[in-house]
Amino acid sequence: MTTLLDTLFNGLALGTVYALVALGFVIIFKASGVMNFAHGSLLLLGGYLTAVLHDDLGFAGALAVSVLATAAVAGVMDRFLLQAGGPDPHGAHVQTIVTIGVDILILTDLSRRIGGDLLSLGDPWGDSVSGLGPVTVADSRIAAIVVSGMVIAGVFALFRYTSWGLSLRAAAEDVEAASLMGVRLVRIRMLAWCLAGALAALAAVFLAAFPAPGLERTTGQIALKAFPAAILGGMASPPGALAGSLLIGMTEALVAGYQSDLHVLGEGFGDVAPYAVMVLVLLVRPTGLFGGKAAVRV
Amino acid sequence: MSERLSRAGAVRVGWTSAAVVVLLALPFYLDAFWLRIGLFSMAAAIGAVGLGLLSGTAGQLSLGHAFFLAVGAYGYVWLAGEPGPGLPTAPAAVLAVLLAGAAGGLFSPVAGRVRGIYLGVATLALVFLGHHVLLTADSVTGGFNGRSVPPLELGGFSFSADSELTLLGVPFGAEERLWYLGIALFAVTWFTARGLLRGRPGRALVALRDSETAAAVMGVNVARHRSAAFVVSSMYAGLAGVMLALSFRRVVPDYFGLVLSVDYLAMIVIGGLGSVAGATAGAVFVTALPLLMTRYADQLPLVAAPGTTDGTVGPTEAARYLYGAAIVLILLFAPDGLHGLVRRLRARLRRRRAAPPPVGTASASLPPTSAARTKEPTP
Repeated sequence: MTTLLDTLFNGLALGTVYALVALGFVIIFKASGVMNFAHGSLLLLGGYLTAVLHDDLGFAGALAVSVLATAAVAGVMDRFLLQAGGPDPHGAHVQTIVTIGVDILILTDLSRRIGGDLLSLGDPWGDSVSGLGPVTVADSRIAAIVVSGMVIAGVFALFRYTSWGLSLRAAAEDVEAASLMGVRLVRIRMLAWCLAGALAALAAVFLAAFPAPGLERTTGQIALKAFPAAILGGMASPPGALAGSLLIGMTEALVAGYQSDLHVLGEGFGDVAPYAVMVLVLLVRPTGLFGGKAAVRV
Repeated sequence: MSERLSRAGAVRVGWTSAAVVVLLALPFYLDAFWLRIGLFSMAAAIGAVGLGLLSGTAGQLSLGHAFFLAVGAYGYVWLAGEPGPGLPTAPAAVLAVLLAGAAGGLFSPVAGRVRGIYLGVATLALVFLGHHVLLTADSVTGGFNGRSVPPLELGGFSFSADSELTLLGVPFGAEERLWYLGIALFAVTWFTARGLLRGRPGRALVALRDSETAAAVMGVNVARHRSAAFVVSSMYAGLAGVMLALSFRRVVPDYFGLVLSVDYLAMIVIGGLGSVAGATAGAVFVTALPLLMTRYADQLPLVAAPGTTDGTVGPTEAARYLYGAAIVLILLFAPDGLHGLVRRLRARLRRRRAAPPPVGTASASLPPTSAARTKEPTP
């Protein structure tokens, strides 16, 4: 029973952090139709900046700087590399490949700087734990759930109540109509990328915090697990991304928690279980759990 | 007009045969390093043509190409080796290609239903699940350390350096022999893919990409063509996998990861979607660039010699920087890839040749848009 509660709690913590990343994917996809392969490097960039700055600025200051800087990098990347030829709705696949190029550039540079080191992010939770009913949980995980939950709620509020959110939803619905209604597509799109970058930088903190050893050069690859999370929920649906992330987090935690009972599937199956779940879901619902069936007008 | 066409045709035949002669003569002049670059490029080109067929022509985004390459490579090694059935190598190679095709066919329940970006991520799952299987199924794949590849034998002729062979004073080792195998396989790929693209299946796939509904109305069987594109593309990938395995002489799981899939995607987009020649050019570019960079790193400015650490830029990193920058720059200035770039350059050259200086007559013969441009006042 304790194992189960423990596992579920871990799954919840993992899921909310994945949700930060998956939400970034979904926001970018909604705004620009691009699958952002550079998301992992943006995440790593955010973590790296926090790690090198926290000695001078303190944790909160370093985090603020790194969130802003990562948002700026994402925005600049979208505005000056992807949108260089204007907001072309048909160029999404080319822009997707451009993000691969950017990913290679950022990742190579950060890997060179980080090398084989394990960087500490200087977060205030350290390795402390607290008792929560029958189970003992790491403080960093509680913080992950609380902070991520608040940020996700904030992002949903942005979508729902601000004019930017309205413009973004309008642009995702129909680019031309939105543009005729006076939506400034270029700026809306760039802000979406900034928001996604900021979320990735924040996620880096929790991915490198206590149960994990620290920030490594491979930390960015965790962003790849948010792909199935975003797809599971339906790529164009932010609530879907949240649900998908929780499902992926739970799956991973459960498979890892009951590893010994599942040894038929091989060691380390927890890392690939999200993909297996995703393929199964896509077989039944080809546009994800929350993705609507696209109507075709002839 | 027909006279000009036939002259253009003759010129094209001339260029093609010259290229073939040069390709056939290269092993007599180049050393093993260059031949190996050529082998990897040819293998990559075969795989890239397959992916181009699927993602470029049929519009089905696939990130799972590395998985099908792995099926081809490991299929060959297992079928021809010990442990395994220990078949003769030639049928093992053919069976490995068919096995890759079958793997593509097994995926068709997903490929036939899932579209666009969803398909891309679904195929991503193949890479991760496949990698997991390669690591865990020790008895078939050899686990983390992989397996060594038995050399191909064709009618008593071995594609390895086991037996002595000297032609025109040049010793023929494994690379030289595999070079000709690679050229033959690539020629097969080139002609079958062009035949497919220019015939009925190619037009059906293009129609599917542009509008599924319209294609279905015209009588294209949507589900069948979608999964057929997947099977054919996987077979090309399997062939490329066999070729890669023969060139590497050892297969390891870590090679067939997401990076490889992404590289193939980069090849076809850099080359230009929907064209066999473009996919080939992209494959050569993506494959050869890092190898050349690593080799000639010491002669480049700002690059440290291999082995030095402490934060300087080593050759591998320099190659990655250049690779990333090349992707971004090519697509920034030529969104339709190298193929489109060449086509535009050629069109410009032809226009210049066709319409020499006299402005008045030239503008009359040009299409209206460019005629309007010539009338603009020049500051």
